[in-house]
Formats: sequence, structure tokens, C-alpha cells
Amino acid sequence: MQSNFITRLGDTGLYVLTDLGKMTLFLLKALRGIFRHPFRFGELVRQVHFIGFGSLAVIFFTAASTGMVLGLQGYYSLNKFGAEGMLGSAVSLTLIMELGPVLTALMVAGRAGSAMCAEIGIMRISEQIDALDCMAIDPFRYLITPKFLAMIISVPLLTAVFDVVGIAGGYVAGVGLMDVNSGSFIYGMKTSVTNHDINLGIIKSFVFALLVVWICCGRGYFVQEIRGAGFGAESVSRVTTQAVVFSSISVLVFDYLLTAVIL
Amino acid sequence: MTPAIEFKNVVKTFVKGNGGIQAVLDGVSFSIPAGKTTVIAGGSGQGKSVTLKLVLGLMQPDSGQVLVHGQDVTRAKGKKLEQLRTQFGVLFQGSALFDSLTVFENVALPLRERTGRTEPEIRQQVGKTLAQLELTGHEDKYPAQLSGGMKKRVGLARAMQLNPSIMLFDEPTTGLDPVMTQDIYQLFAGTQAEFGFTSVIVSHDIPKIFNLADQVIILNSGKMDIFDSPEKIQWSEEPHIQEFVKTTMGKIYQSHLVEK
Repeated sequence: MQSNFITRLGDTGLYVLTDLGKMTLFLLKALRGIFRHPFRFGELVRQVHFIGFGSLAVIFFTAASTGMVLGLQGYYSLNKFGAEGMLGSAVSLTLIMELGPVLTALMVAGRAGSAMCAEIGIMRISEQIDALDCMAIDPFRYLITPKFLAMIISVPLLTAVFDVVGIAGGYVAGVGLMDVNSGSFIYGMKTSVTNHDINLGIIKSFVFALLVVWICCGRGYFVQEIRGAGFGAESVSRVTTQAVVFSSISVLVFDYLLTAVIL
Repeated sequence: MTPAIEFKNVVKTFVKGNGGIQAVLDGVSFSIPAGKTTVIAGGSGQGKSVTLKLVLGLMQPDSGQVLVHGQDVTRAKGKKLEQLRTQFGVLFQGSALFDSLTVFENVALPLRERTGRTEPEIRQQVGKTLAQLELTGHEDKYPAQLSGGMKKRVGLARAMQLNPSIMLFDEPTTGLDPVMTQDIYQLFAGTQAEFGFTSVIVSHDIPKIFNLADQVIILNSGKMDIFDSPEKIQWSEEPHIQEFVKTTMGKIYQSHLVEK
């Protein structure tokens, strides 16, 4: 029994290490694709349209509601200390440094990451990726790299939109619905937000974009080699779920790590 | 003359569900002559598709060499492997057409990605191939809107675009009706006569496929038997070949045994 347990432990360990190794090579090949010719500019534009423009509505909605909730909650807490004048700085710092990058990445993982994973997974199981290989067309340059670049371009921009809309939502809730002074809201925001805070938000959004696109595309690409995923359509659905879960968790973990290191 | 494809002592094993090891290819050696048609047959799970994947470098053998025009595919990487692969045209079992691209875009893809040709030149060549394969008028359809036979023809058109010296067909007639099967075979014979490529057909569509074959390789339990004519298979004294003939071709092909 004991040797059986040890065998299984070693087996699982080897599987995880191999998987991590494959994912690392996947990342390197995807990034190498940027420098390979011919570069698919049209596909990049199409992907930016899908990931960036296509996610605008959901980002807008999430940002507005998050900002308004922050405005109300912030007012409620700060009011207890008679410090509701700090609402502007509280709302804007929370959004720019934490909620903006994290929520944008989570929404994009759910909306675009899942779609990418399923698309690549289906291309894998229907031999379309093998067909690219056989035609000596690098599947990374052709298929994966445009998605990587589009994600890295779109997510920081979406994060910026999220921040602006969220702060506006906080303003509406705090100044419009509660009785916070408009001038002190804006003054608090202007004096407390520094370039360092904005840089932290931007760095986070780049890292999250890379994590989401890497995990989602990678899971789809290796759909047939993932243990316990099954076969065919079912494997694609399971792996897509797994990709969204993994990328969301890694966004949250890296959020903590980056905050701890950079703050 | 160097053979188009050569297997030297190739071993490929897989881990089975119960943890055991199964040798799909157990020290297999054979060569496929250039410009001829070779059929690789065998029951399901006997390593036919594995053989194709080894040839294309999509899979590595445990040991042994796979040579394409004298160059080892198993050790090729990057640019070298890309260059080796440009010699192949592959017709996949499920056609493997890109389902987000139209028929025209599918066939034009290798030209657009691998050659520096201008759009009018591509348009002209694709139009010509589509006309040869009776696909004119279907350029703007998507693969999901095509019948099985049409998908095969589009797959064939795409595979032929870069003038490959070796064509690989993976189960080309699976799921097609007998009339369509006949058409596909005629198409193969016709295109091969015209373009002179080496063709390798993996199939269990026996015996029809044998009419096309200059050489037949039968895979069985990791080993293989080579026959230079279909008749020799029918006349083989080996019990497992007789069994294969009986199950795949029916009793009529064994009539000589009754006469004895």
C-alpha cells in the first residue's frame, strides 16, 4: 500500500513538473512568435477588437457598480470618523491599485480567456493545429502570438477605462447620493494618488494580461495531454473551466505578491 | 535511388490504462519507394496513425530512425523540421479544415503563409485547383456547410498547393458512401498521375484500396509484413494474414484455400 502511495505521489509530481515545463516552453514560443515573419497584423487588430472593444460593455458595467458600492461603503465607514472628505482618495486609490486591474483581469478571463481556450482546444482535437504544423506554418506565430499581443494591449487599456468609470461611479454615489462635498472629493483624489500608485496598477494589469492569456491559450493547446480531462468535446469544456479557474486564482495570487513587493 | 520514406528499427510504446506497456511498433523497418503508391493497412489500434505521425515528426519514436529522402525526421528541429515538412501534403482523417475560414481561404492559406506570391497569383492558382477538383462555386462556403466528400476534396486541394513530393492520406474514405469512395480513389489516381508524387495511404478500406497500391504494408501487433502486390496477400500462408484477409475482405477472397 505504502509503495503504491509513493508511486502515485512520484507519478503526480512528475506530471506536474512536465506540465509546468511544457507551459514554460509554450510561453517562450508564443513570445518568440512576435519576431517571426510574416507578422499577422490583421489578426492582431481582430483580436484587439474582440478582447478590448468586445469587453467594453461588461467592464463599464462592472466598474460603475464597483465604484458606486465603494462610494457608499466608503462614505458609511468614513462618516463614523467624520472623515468623509477622504472619500475621493479612498475610492480612487482602491480602484487604481487593486480593484481596477484585478476585476478587469477576472472579467476578461471569463469573457475572452474562456473563448480563446475553447477555440484553441477545438482546433487541437479536430487536428487543425496538426494541419498547421504539417504545412510548416508555425502555430504559435499564426494562432497564439496575436492573442498574446492583443491581450497585453487590451487589458491595460480596459483597466484604465475601469479606473475612470469606477471613480466616476464613486463620485456619483458619494457626492450625488450622499452629502460629500464635490471639491473635497476631487481634491482628496488629486493629492493622494501619486505616479507610483498608477505605475503599480499598470504593472499589475500587464502581468495579469500575460497570466490570463498564457494559461487560457496553453490549456487549450495541451487539451489532449491534461490528465483527467477526458476526450473530445467534453475535454474541451472541462479544460476551459479549468483554464478560467486557474487564471483567476493566479491573478489573485500575483495581485498579493506584486502588492507586497512593489508597494 | 533513395527511398522517399524509410523506417529503421522503429520502436514506439505507449502506457496502457492499466499501467502496462504496449509496443505499437516493435522494431519496424521498411522503405517506401518514391513516385509509387504504398498502402499501410491493419486493424484499428495497430499503429497506422502513429506511423503517419512519426513520418511527420509530430511524434518521436522511443528508438530507431525515420528517414525522409535520407534525412532523419526524429532529430530534426526548428527550421530543419519545417523544411522537411514542406515536402509533405497531408489529407487528415477529419479533413482538418480551418472551420473559421472559407473554402477559398483554406486552400489559399499555405500559399499566403509560405510563399511570397501576390494576391492575384494566389487567386489564380487556387481557382485552378478548385476547378480541377470540381469545387468551383463553393469558394465562399465554410467547412461546416460542406458534405463529407467535398471536405475531403478541399483538404486534398489544400494539401496539393505547395507541390509536395509526398502525399499522406489518413483514412481518406472513412465515412463516405461507396460512390464517393470510388470518386475519391479515381481522384487520387488522377492527381498522382498528373503530379507524380509519392503517395502513402493509411486505410482499412480493403480491398478497394489495393487496386491503387504498388506495395502493401500490413501492421499487426507491433510487427509488419510487406507485399509487393495485393494478390500475394491473398495467397499468404501466414495464419495472421489469412485471418486479416478473412475479416477484412470476406471469404470470397480466400476461395483458393477452398480449392486446395
